[in-house]
Amino acid sequence: MSEYIIECRGVKKWYGEFQALKGIDFAVKKGEVIVILGPSGSGKSTFIRTINRLEEHQAGDIFVNGVELNNDVRNIAEIRKEIGMVFQQFNLFPHLTVMDNITLAPIWVRKWDKPTAERKAMELLERVKIPEQAYKYPGQLSGGQQQRVAIARALAMEPEIMLFDEPTSALDPEMIKEVLDVMIDLAKTGMTIIAVTHEMGFAKTVADRIVFFDYGLIVEENTPDKFFTDPKHDRTKLFLSQILH
Amino acid sequence: MTTATDVTTTYEAPPRTEVGVLGWLKHNLFGSWFDTILTFVSLGLLYVILVPSVRWAVTKANWRAITTNILILIHGPYPQTQDYRVFIAIGIIVAMGIASVFIYRGKSTRSRQVMTLIWAISPFFIWYLLAGFEGSTILPLVEYSKWGGLLLSFILAIFGILASFPIGVLLALGRQSNMPIIKWMSTLYIEVVRGVPFITVLFMAQVMLPLILPPDVRVAGMFRAMVATALFSAAYLAENVRGGLQAIPKGQYEAADALGLSTFQQMYFIVLPQALRTVIPPIVGQFIGLFKDTSLVAIVGLLDFLKVSQSILSQAGFLGAQKEVYLFAALVYFVFSFAMSSASIRLEKQLGVGQR
Repeated sequence: MSEYIIECRGVKKWYGEFQALKGIDFAVKKGEVIVILGPSGSGKSTFIRTINRLEEHQAGDIFVNGVELNNDVRNIAEIRKEIGMVFQQFNLFPHLTVMDNITLAPIWVRKWDKPTAERKAMELLERVKIPEQAYKYPGQLSGGQQQRVAIARALAMEPEIMLFDEPTSALDPEMIKEVLDVMIDLAKTGMTIIAVTHEMGFAKTVADRIVFFDYGLIVEENTPDKFFTDPKHDRTKLFLSQILH
Repeated sequence: MTTATDVTTTYEAPPRTEVGVLGWLKHNLFGSWFDTILTFVSLGLLYVILVPSVRWAVTKANWRAITTNILILIHGPYPQTQDYRVFIAIGIIVAMGIASVFIYRGKSTRSRQVMTLIWAISPFFIWYLLAGFEGSTILPLVEYSKWGGLLLSFILAIFGILASFPIGVLLALGRQSNMPIIKWMSTLYIEVVRGVPFITVLFMAQVMLPLILPPDVRVAGMFRAMVATALFSAAYLAENVRGGLQAIPKGQYEAADALGLSTFQQMYFIVLPQALRTVIPPIVGQFIGLFKDTSLVAIVGLLDFLKVSQSILSQAGFLGAQKEVYLFAALVYFVFSFAMSSASIRLEKQLGVGQR
């Protein structure tokens, strides 16, 4: 058993002729908080989606918790149980109440009984500060509330790792903070987090490491301090000059 | 003087011409000079059509053509000595319908489950009530060739709907499957069946089925028509359901995958409930079509409601009663089609609660 909870070696991915990932070597220790930055089209979303097999990598190896991610559906199921994911567009199930959204997977995948799953769901809703919305439908909530439900839904499976794919990009500005606060709390509990985000505040406060992607490669990797104050690579400098006005 | 608080808490009444009967008339019938002309033209047309029709229906029409044949219309050549069984069956269905209205609106989950169970087993019970048993004196066997009239039309329609629904859903899922063989077979089935008229399918069921089955098995014409109806309807239903499946955003599949749901769980809990809800209107439209299309089975010798209605016209007393008979048949088809349509709108509203 290695010291890393996620290990990627030479991960490559093509869409037809276009190569989105050109050989990613990357490893995460348990409890680390990683922020992935990069211009759009740099492959950062594609990369985190390969970690739970929403995208299939075509070369290289990925290990999660020592389990190899390959075509074996049992391995994929095993890995997905341990990885929670939060999407840019929330992707809540609109025909189910908030409660049913959260308890569906614990009941049917983790095989918990219903009262246990509902108790856990209420706990999580308290944690994301919207217990009063439990029996509403997603369509009745604001964007920020929906995203917090999505976080609660992912956490309900008690995953070891959380992936965030631009979780605040589809939100109105006044709702970004409520979601970031939840994410920051989560980071402080020792959860292993990989987040693709443009929220520099989040990156500076809680990230252990920042990974910069461009053209399907990891260009630079450093602690937030050094990354923002002393970027090594020209492309990193250009990117930072564009986002930090 | 009015202060700001008064302005926010008090409201003036709207003008009298904007609300109530006057408001309705103004908005719906006399909104502009063009609307006014349309209103009067429509009223004139209604007068020209309705008045003579009603006058004929009340004074001239010979409704005895219908009333004396009402039993034949309901169950065709089903033996009159046994026809109380048909009425018991109707009574059971009506009773279940009334009970459902109360039970499904009620709070008790237990009684709802019981009611659903009753619905699930009732078709078998009713079937044996109508068909009877070999050698029984209480419920003697009634041959399937004696089933006719509205009874036959209903059996064809209900079986067609119940059986084509699961087949259609499976075909739709098959057509968008990743497995090539399943995909091709589903597509082939759907396209072949949709490319052939229903009457052809009915004939094929009469001719082809005996080829597939062992020679000593004789299948009643009614069963062949039932199978043909279901298989034909399934192909159309599959395409409707596929439309619903395409309306489901990719994110829904991804969220289900990320949570670790299996493919079956993903379909059952996430995709199908949303897909089927969006296609309720076209599916109900198709079921209404199916109900009316059951009148085509007359062509393979079955005595459905329309065929039985026509047979009245050859009775000595009612030789010229086309108007009465066809009007009545149309009315019956309309009443049931309209009931299905209203039920579907109610269902849509119920399922639409809290939707995006």
